[in-house]
Amino acid sequence: MTVARIDATFAACRAEGRPALIAYLTTGDPSLEDSLACARALLAAGADMLELGVPFSDPSADGPVIAAASARAIRAGGSLTAALGLAKRLRSESNAPLVLFTYLNPVLAFGQERLPQALLDAGVDALLVVDLPAEEGAELRAALAAVEVAVIPLVAPTTSEAREPSVVLGARGFIYYVSATGVTGLGDAPLGAAAERARAIAARAKLPVVVGFGVDTPDKARALAAARVDGVVVGSAIVGTIAAAPDLASRIAAVRSLVASLASAMK
Amino acid sequence: MSELGERPGYFGEFGGRFVAETLMPALIELTDALDTIVNVEPFQREWRELLRHYVGRPTPLWRAERLADALDPARRHLGELWLKREDLCHTGAHKINNALGQVLLAKKLGKTRIIAETGAGQHGVATATAAAVMGLPCEVYMGEVDIARQAPNVSRMKMLGATVTPALSGSRTLKDAMNEALRDWVTNVRTTHYCVGSAAGPHPYPTLVAELQRVIGDEARAQWLESAGGLPDAVVACVGGGSNAIGMFRAFIPDDVALFGVEAAGEGVETGRHAATLTEGRVGVLHGARTLVLSDDDGQILEAHSVSAGLDYPGVGPEHAALMRSGRARYLTASDDEALAAAHQVARTEGILVALETAHAFARLADIAREESRRLARPARIALCLSGRGDKDLSTIEERSK
Ligand SMILES: Cc1ncc(COP(=O)(O)O)c(C=O)c1O
Repeated sequence: MTVARIDATFAACRAEGRPALIAYLTTGDPSLEDSLACARALLAAGADMLELGVPFSDPSADGPVIAAASARAIRAGGSLTAALGLAKRLRSESNAPLVLFTYLNPVLAFGQERLPQALLDAGVDALLVVDLPAEEGAELRAALAAVEVAVIPLVAPTTSEAREPSVVLGARGFIYYVSATGVTGLGDAPLGAAAERARAIAARAKLPVVVGFGVDTPDKARALAAARVDGVVVGSAIVGTIAAAPDLASRIAAVRSLVASLASAMK
Repeated sequence: MSELGERPGYFGEFGGRFVAETLMPALIELTDALDTIVNVEPFQREWRELLRHYVGRPTPLWRAERLADALDPARRHLGELWLKREDLCHTGAHKINNALGQVLLAKKLGKTRIIAETGAGQHGVATATAAAVMGLPCEVYMGEVDIARQAPNVSRMKMLGATVTPALSGSRTLKDAMNEALRDWVTNVRTTHYCVGSAAGPHPYPTLVAELQRVIGDEARAQWLESAGGLPDAVVACVGGGSNAIGMFRAFIPDDVALFGVEAAGEGVETGRHAATLTEGRVGVLHGARTLVLSDDDGQILEAHSVSAGLDYPGVGPEHAALMRSGRARYLTASDDEALAAAHQVARTEGILVALETAHAFARLADIAREESRRLARPARIALCLSGRGDKDLSTIEERSK
């Protein structure tokens, strides 16, 4: 499966005439058991794909919401190993694509040699490493390509059209377009311009392009769907919702209702 | 450039550029600027003018006879000791060489805003100073803990017109200030230059900062040849991120001169409360570079500890990691208590209040002299980079001497 599972999901969404909804959560926030329950709720409420965030002590590309979630998750035992364990449990009950979202240092500590097999064993389909630009990580990329696990490239508003081909070279699964110049959790990303660029990248690269950073309301998701992007990533809004709820039951209810309203806005 | 590796931006297996894609174009622009702007005549002339008339370079090379006598009364190990007086730079430390170079470069690149991170505050003061003299607004990120222990420098930055923004996450020290600066830079990269304070971070910073700081070693080498005849046997500097050390070392790398860096052992390497990254670190990626870092089995960065805010960093510049791996340089450690004792000794024997960062280098001098003299079978001749003055540390020193 792996990359094929991602391809199938985008094909199915396209057939329904809507973007894929990709939900992010920081694994281990506030506990690993809560994350499992929340991940199930995200899928049940209409998320097509999950990004499982590996908490990192120094998340320099994340805004306050995800940075705080990361710190809580580490205190609760979150790690790359724990995220893989979570993926494995989800995989036993769902066929939705799972993307592991991390910084590079946890990958290096885990061991680049052992990661491809570990991702396969856990049923993870793709890896997204925030601080691994196209120029770096040739070995890791080759090892993951060999096991059909996608490495998701990020394109930013600052990426010139001249640079873009080298950033997406050899990409599989999908490409992630960062809608705003900034850290995660911005509320004022220029989503109209983002949708336009995402469509242009998709046409050039012949791969689905998802838009993330700053999508925090059903209205914004609706606008992106109307602009015919291939996928929408929602992160900080979900993480913030989990953080604001006082207990597991209300956490589940809150993410369910958020994701259900996002999903129905994109129909 | 004198990168040791073949891949640009790499020193052996260390270095590289590990940042979010958003920052890559800015790093590429900055890398190109090394060749097209920094290493060409008009920039060099302007920057050297600033160093001469604004910073007060060349800084003196001072022969420290009374300290040498105190460290080795029989003078069997320590033949000559010369101090490269970076404390006499405007703003009181070597940091100004780099800050003026980078802010000048930022202007040439058309950037309209400067940001920086600082631990001890020396780099913050240097950057605020450079921004003031060149007329650019400046924001400095500083860990909340460091703001408390380096109050005089916080006041100086504010008087210089900079905004000092506390970093409230993690250990609330230098690494967290660097995270905040990176977050700001990701958000404002089109208009803002990030003036990195040490020879650390993603390529081209380790090279850019080393090139701007090698003025220290170039001057020291020429001055030593003139005053002492021949070359020193060994060169010694303290290592936080490693900028004063690499600035001193680079001039001597081709020579038959032993290179020694001294890291902070904090309360003792064995206690886990230290900042001895080269001594105890593992290969990892922090703040954009592959280097040695203090990190746990899950890849979480550990908090570093040192009495000196400027050494309190769980990473280190990648060129030092490579120099250690290749054996070209050696890295030792000195504890908080040893550094404090050394600071008192230097003050009483030479009349110089040294920064607590620098005091770590002084603390290992006697050992280095003993070892080198054994190797050479004669008293060793040593040059030490006195990276900064200690006024900022007076309250810490008084507190710790009670
Ligand atoms: C006086 C002084 N020396 C040394 C350092 C350590 O930095 P580096 O290793 O980059 O020289 C600092 C940092 O603040 C400093 O203020």
